[in-house]
Amino acid sequence: MTTQAVRPGSTATAPDEAEVRAALDASWGRPVGLLGWISTVDHKDVARRYLVTAFVFFILGGLDAALMRIQLARPENRFLTPDQYNQLFTVHGTTMMFLFAVPVMTAMGLYFVPLMIGARNVSFPRLNNYGYWVYLIGGVLLYVSLFVNSAPDTGWFSYVPLAGPGYTPGKRADIYAQTVTFTEISALITAVEIIVTVFKHRAPGMTLNRIPLFVWAMLVTSFMILFAMPWVATASLFLAADRLIATHFFNPAEGGDPMLWQHLFWFFGHPEVYIIFIPALGMISSILATFTRREVFGYPVMVLSLVATGFLGFGLWVHHMFATGIPQLGQSYFTAASAMIAIPSGVQIFCWIATLWVGRPRWTVPMLYATAFVVLFLIGGLSGVMVASVPFDLQVHDTYFVVAHLHYVLLGGAVFPLFGAFYYWFPKITGRMLDERLGRWQFGLFFAGVNLTFFPMHYLGLHGMPRRVYTYLLESGWGDLNLLATAGAVTIAASVLLFILNVVRALRAGPLAGNDPWGGETLEWLAESPPRPYNFAFQPVVQGRAALWSRTPDAPVVVGLRTDMREVLVTTVMDAAPDNRHRHPDPDRMPFVAALATGVLFISLVFTPWGLPVGALLLAVPMILWGWPNEEDNEKQRRQERETVT
Amino acid sequence: MIEWSGLHSALDPFGPQAARVHGLWRFLWIVSLAVYVLVIAALAWAALRRRTPAEADPTPRPAAEVAGPALRTTIVGATVATVLILFVFLVVDLATGRPLTAAPRGGRGALEIEVTGHQWWWQVEYPSSRPDLRVVTANEIHVPTGRPVVVTLTSTDVIHSFWPPSLVGKRDMIPGEKTSVWFQADTPGVYRGQCAEFCGYQHAKMAFQIVAEPAEQFERWMARQRDSARTPADSLALRGQEVFLATSCVMCHTVRGTPAGSRIGPDLTHLASRRTIAAGSLPNTRGALAGWIVDPQSIKPGTRMPSNQIEPDDLQALLAYLESLK
Repeated sequence: MTTQAVRPGSTATAPDEAEVRAALDASWGRPVGLLGWISTVDHKDVARRYLVTAFVFFILGGLDAALMRIQLARPENRFLTPDQYNQLFTVHGTTMMFLFAVPVMTAMGLYFVPLMIGARNVSFPRLNNYGYWVYLIGGVLLYVSLFVNSAPDTGWFSYVPLAGPGYTPGKRADIYAQTVTFTEISALITAVEIIVTVFKHRAPGMTLNRIPLFVWAMLVTSFMILFAMPWVATASLFLAADRLIATHFFNPAEGGDPMLWQHLFWFFGHPEVYIIFIPALGMISSILATFTRREVFGYPVMVLSLVATGFLGFGLWVHHMFATGIPQLGQSYFTAASAMIAIPSGVQIFCWIATLWVGRPRWTVPMLYATAFVVLFLIGGLSGVMVASVPFDLQVHDTYFVVAHLHYVLLGGAVFPLFGAFYYWFPKITGRMLDERLGRWQFGLFFAGVNLTFFPMHYLGLHGMPRRVYTYLLESGWGDLNLLATAGAVTIAASVLLFILNVVRALRAGPLAGNDPWGGETLEWLAESPPRPYNFAFQPVVQGRAALWSRTPDAPVVVGLRTDMREVLVTTVMDAAPDNRHRHPDPDRMPFVAALATGVLFISLVFTPWGLPVGALLLAVPMILWGWPNEEDNEKQRRQERETVT
Repeated sequence: MIEWSGLHSALDPFGPQAARVHGLWRFLWIVSLAVYVLVIAALAWAALRRRTPAEADPTPRPAAEVAGPALRTTIVGATVATVLILFVFLVVDLATGRPLTAAPRGGRGALEIEVTGHQWWWQVEYPSSRPDLRVVTANEIHVPTGRPVVVTLTSTDVIHSFWPPSLVGKRDMIPGEKTSVWFQADTPGVYRGQCAEFCGYQHAKMAFQIVAEPAEQFERWMARQRDSARTPADSLALRGQEVFLATSCVMCHTVRGTPAGSRIGPDLTHLASRRTIAAGSLPNTRGALAGWIVDPQSIKPGTRMPSNQIEPDDLQALLAYLESLK
């Protein structure tokens, strides 16, 4: 049934562009009004909402941290009660891991993967919309609970038996379990979409060994999500069941085992770090290539390093549990695995330095952030190798040394590249440029603030300050460095404010960006800024690894797809050869309704087991309507098939 | 810096265990610093070096095309160096770890102690096959210097973690399981420990002290701890004992030699011999003790100890009694 979808030729032989654009605008446009807004299936709409929401959660999580820093600025401070402090550090961790870091990374993937591979949209676009609303409901649930003073207070890791029914009465741990469930669903959906999109919707010519490094990074991340998230889903289900219907998965008195939680949680929890970190590696490769004018050195090695990190990331979880008395042989294995994961990270850093060496660097704000990644992440990476050593870890585990380590890894390794990526891709998303001068100030403050806040914590940890304490004794001598860390937190807050100011100014009156303000390497810079709902009037055909740099003026484009209804090209997994055409879904309200029903299901499960049957029945209705066949549409397609045959 | 609270730092080791880890830390720190300086120097050089016009050509090209063979060799060399450094790290780590986990030398002579975690205090027992030689106390562990101490750990409620950084690394206390750790204090002194696994409201104020003293002094302490509390001689303290037995104190605490025998809270038989109260939160002074009895919730919000409304006279008597529990 496949017509010849690719026809090399000049623009003269291609159909009239204005005509095609008008037709695509009509068939791919989003319906107007609020109902249209909630029923969008455009990956860019959904990704933008994810980005904005995740950024709001970043601010909220940051405010949680700011309150904690005020409390810890002085010994025996009474700014917060222990109850408030415990809620804040739990919500801070849960927010940053589940509501900010993972969603913001997958959102960057949702926005740019289809553009970089020359596709019109993601696969399963309605599911995509559903995933966003589910995520939003989960996040709102957590913050509503915080504002009514019943937020989870047992840590983002929520160890049992502390989080079990015996020691955390009330609904706090149940809210944690359900927040986790919401975000897992949304992350799993995103992962499936990205995997299928990358494998089946790449532009013709983009063979597997021409996929941009950022897309590889998102692909590896998505596979990690696919294998890691079900474990925390299982764990949070067990926890909810222990609390709601008195099962005994984690109750030692009834033959359960609190260690089961730790294994399940960290088998997810450690890959989670790499789920956050690997997309950032892809962002750095994108930024570095564009601003050094060189394709990143050692593409095959870079890809293999990403894949190796993805695999090794699943073999480290026990290094979070060294203090529990794991047998020594097991500990040695996990020490070796934890040290080994430094190798692919090192190789990538070496390749980037080589790229910079042979390149012609332009020191824009994204480049500053990408370079700062090496300076900061390396500190976190080296302290990471240190804590892989069991004897050393037993001294610094659960101290501020680890707080310092993890913030260097997550801020240096993920948030710095992410800010670089914001500056880099902001013009594509909004069509306007961020201000470079403000950007430099923001970068400088952020860099100084992060070091001021987190570097002293190494020392605090070595000198015995444990994590998750709401206060400490005057005699401990930890006061001065804590005050310094609080000053650092103020600096970070100033930097984030500056960023918001920069964004607001750019949105109102920033200079227009045009399609390709940086001279980028990959296909997203071929699309308009911001891109149309269909991304490309004519999907490009890829001629080389650096899709845009290798593009010839008479490059072929894809023709032969319908323009009067949404139709996308499906290509083969390995060679991205055109395979068939696929009828792409239209905007639909049912994903939104289904997300609301899912919200009712899980939130009512906080209070009663009846939430399950009632919520499931409620969810069945929009799900059935979602899949209901559209007769008119089918008829249209059949007619077209007949016409093609005759 | 340290007054009553005790030494508390992985960088101030006072026993063979912590000293080995401190040596490991120095190795890790020096190697990491060297690696860091080398990588950052390479990065800075790559970023700032002077470029020939051909090198600075802005036409996009694959980096591999521009790079000479020397660059490729450098990267391979750096990777090999990384692998070698990590291998050395692994060997040093295992060499440090083995003696730490192996049973102490002269294992039979080791002192055995059982520590049980509670929300938010530590029960300390010196077991013995003869019940009259057993010692039970709380939040303060006395050990003889120069002799290995094996601590068996468990918890009655949630997971806690036993950690005196100047002597040894931490070990979790898991309900329903027994874990153990050994250490040795070489120098007499007071070493502070703190719970290292988040355990609820008052995780921050769950500390203990290890008092290391010469063997004779330790034996004297043991002997005194084995005794029951003496009935106080002076009348004020005697009245204080009546107050103790007539108020809610007896609901949770034991004073051996009196009818008070509940084991919910710390054993108070020799309270006055301890350096701190409320699990290392306050020095054991008369004023602190009075504040703790009357209003523990403002000192340690969420503690299981309730506030007690006691008439001032009764309170003075009670304090006199508690101070007599030497």
